[in-house]
Amino acid sequence: MKDMSNSPAILELKNLEKRFELDKGFLETIKLKDKRLVREKREVHAVNNVSLEMERGEALCVVGESGCGKSTVARLVAGLLDPSGGEIHYDGERIDGRSRRELIGLRKKMQMIFQNPYASLNPRMTIQQALEEPVRYHNKDLSNAEIRDKVREVMKSVGVDPSWAARYPHEFSGGQRQRIAIARALTVDPEFIIADEPISALDVSIQAQVLNLMLEAKEERGLTYLFITHDLSVVQHFGTRVVVLYLGSVCELSDTKTLFEAPKHPYTKALLSAVPQLKDDKPNHIRLKGEIPTPINLPVGCPFESRCGFADKRCKLEKPRPLKQPDGSIVACHAVEEDRLDV
Amino acid sequence: MSMLSVRDLTVKFAMRDQNVTALDNISFDLGEGERLGIVGESGAGKSITGFALMNLLSRPGYIDNGSILFEGEDIVQKSESQMRKIRGDRIAMIFQDPMVTLNPVLTIGQQMIETLMAHRKLSKAEAEQIAIVKLREVYIPSPQERLRQYPHELSGGMRQRIIIAIALLLDPDLIIADEPTTALDVTIQADIMELLLELCQSNKVGLILITHDLGVVSQMAERTLVMYAGRIIESGPTREIINDPQHPYTQGLINALPQQTLPGHKLKQIPGSMPSLTTIPEGCPFSPRCQYATDKCRRIRPEIVKYGPAEVACHEVNRLHETQSEEQSA
Repeated sequence: MKDMSNSPAILELKNLEKRFELDKGFLETIKLKDKRLVREKREVHAVNNVSLEMERGEALCVVGESGCGKSTVARLVAGLLDPSGGEIHYDGERIDGRSRRELIGLRKKMQMIFQNPYASLNPRMTIQQALEEPVRYHNKDLSNAEIRDKVREVMKSVGVDPSWAARYPHEFSGGQRQRIAIARALTVDPEFIIADEPISALDVSIQAQVLNLMLEAKEERGLTYLFITHDLSVVQHFGTRVVVLYLGSVCELSDTKTLFEAPKHPYTKALLSAVPQLKDDKPNHIRLKGEIPTPINLPVGCPFESRCGFADKRCKLEKPRPLKQPDGSIVACHAVEEDRLDV
Repeated sequence: MSMLSVRDLTVKFAMRDQNVTALDNISFDLGEGERLGIVGESGAGKSITGFALMNLLSRPGYIDNGSILFEGEDIVQKSESQMRKIRGDRIAMIFQDPMVTLNPVLTIGQQMIETLMAHRKLSKAEAEQIAIVKLREVYIPSPQERLRQYPHELSGGMRQRIIIAIALLLDPDLIIADEPTTALDVTIQADIMELLLELCQSNKVGLILITHDLGVVSQMAERTLVMYAGRIIESGPTREIINDPQHPYTQGLINALPQQTLPGHKLKQIPGSMPSLTTIPEGCPFSPRCQYATDKCRRIRPEIVKYGPAEVACHEVNRLHETQSEEQSA
């Protein structure tokens, strides 16, 4: 384990871009403008120029509001979507644009946990079948007995009684199903887990159970997590580093402690203040103007400009670049760069 | 006298082989202009309570027993046509998903004017004027134009503001809001909650806020009910409940929040999960998950007793308090 800390980044995203075409067919692209027919393709800019590095053993949380591109990042990294631009490197190897066949080897190292445990388990497979399948697929030389032992061991480690293996998913509660989904990800002994809102569909008391399980798995197996969530209190607890996305662009990237103690980007500040705290006895947040603009026609300047209380002419015209701050965090904001926020 | 007084309300669902109890002997009061939070996890009976108060339960659900006195009249005894006069007029309800509440094929204006004209003798022009005033109250920019738009043309936050405007159209005495911001993003949620609070305070409207989020309750409600498996297990002033919860479940719920634990440490989880309505155990429904449960808890159902400023349904609340204060001093 020790020498791993010096090894290069386990995951590296370089200028990652993803655009979704809205007008797919030829006829859809034809529009009437000034009494003339023109061809025009609209695109949703889901992820714009995102660069980051992850080290082994860390838990990087991606936060943001709906439509900010956080799930798209997860899907790009998992190879479920192909990027429109940029590169993804895993363990020093470039993995974007590979075919499904080429990705099989990688699947053993990198597993994904989804939000909805009702949709991610096949209702017609028993838990035993669902858990055996990935082991069998990735370890062709294992005997049946060895596979059964493996499944048994993983079920125990996530706190699901192995004697329930013959049951079907509908016989389990939401929390138990999410444990089983985690168990399935762990059966192939991965080193990297992508978790897309894994606890959002669960009740508070169950959230704590599942979060504890993921923390345990991290310590015992030395896992690296890419954790997608909108819940900032979970981030504070679970994440070692946080990246805040807004309209597909990075606003702020820093270690968790720094982000919560000294948020810098105006959007991060607003986001943190909007989380209702137990100690508050009245709403107590930074008000933002308007709502999130559509990602179809992105503003040329800062994506947050339309809602920001500190925006000026430069913000409107020029997109801020992510810049490293003295305390190590990375912030993309002209106002922070020009030091005109604290007045 | 309180505006709303619920006594021994029991709601059951008729199933093929048995009747399941969804709400079990619920009693609470709400004063004029008071804000009450109802918290609990899914399946606790929070939403059923909201529906029962509006007399909106539909088969197989029915009110088995109890009374709901609203301004001195029993809602349980009202006919459907009498209820229609109360709903929307004196009690309004806000639901979780604004897209389901708004009719997608009618414009915002049609929906608002229709509501007004169904309850009041108004001309269309007068109704439109009131609608515009209400839209302004919820900070909707250019309200005249909005009246001609359809729900799908507006954003989620905007739709929920319009729902609030519709709820306020007839100046109700009570608003029941069932998870009004759960479908929205945090920054929008904060705006909507602040707006709701402001409007309730300035118009002296009572509010019953149904939510799973203790942080929201803390900001919004003066008093709070905590529900578990169809029962109220603790009630009292919100600050007391959050700062000094008495019932082991309320304590567990608050302690399970990530904010209550140092980052990276194990969260204090409650073992197991809430029983389904068909498998509610004998005695205290929380006893199988409770670390303090005794034999008595497993056999006899606890009654609600007064404990300081709060009311708690727990046999062991006295002992609990002693052991916990010992732990703290030790």
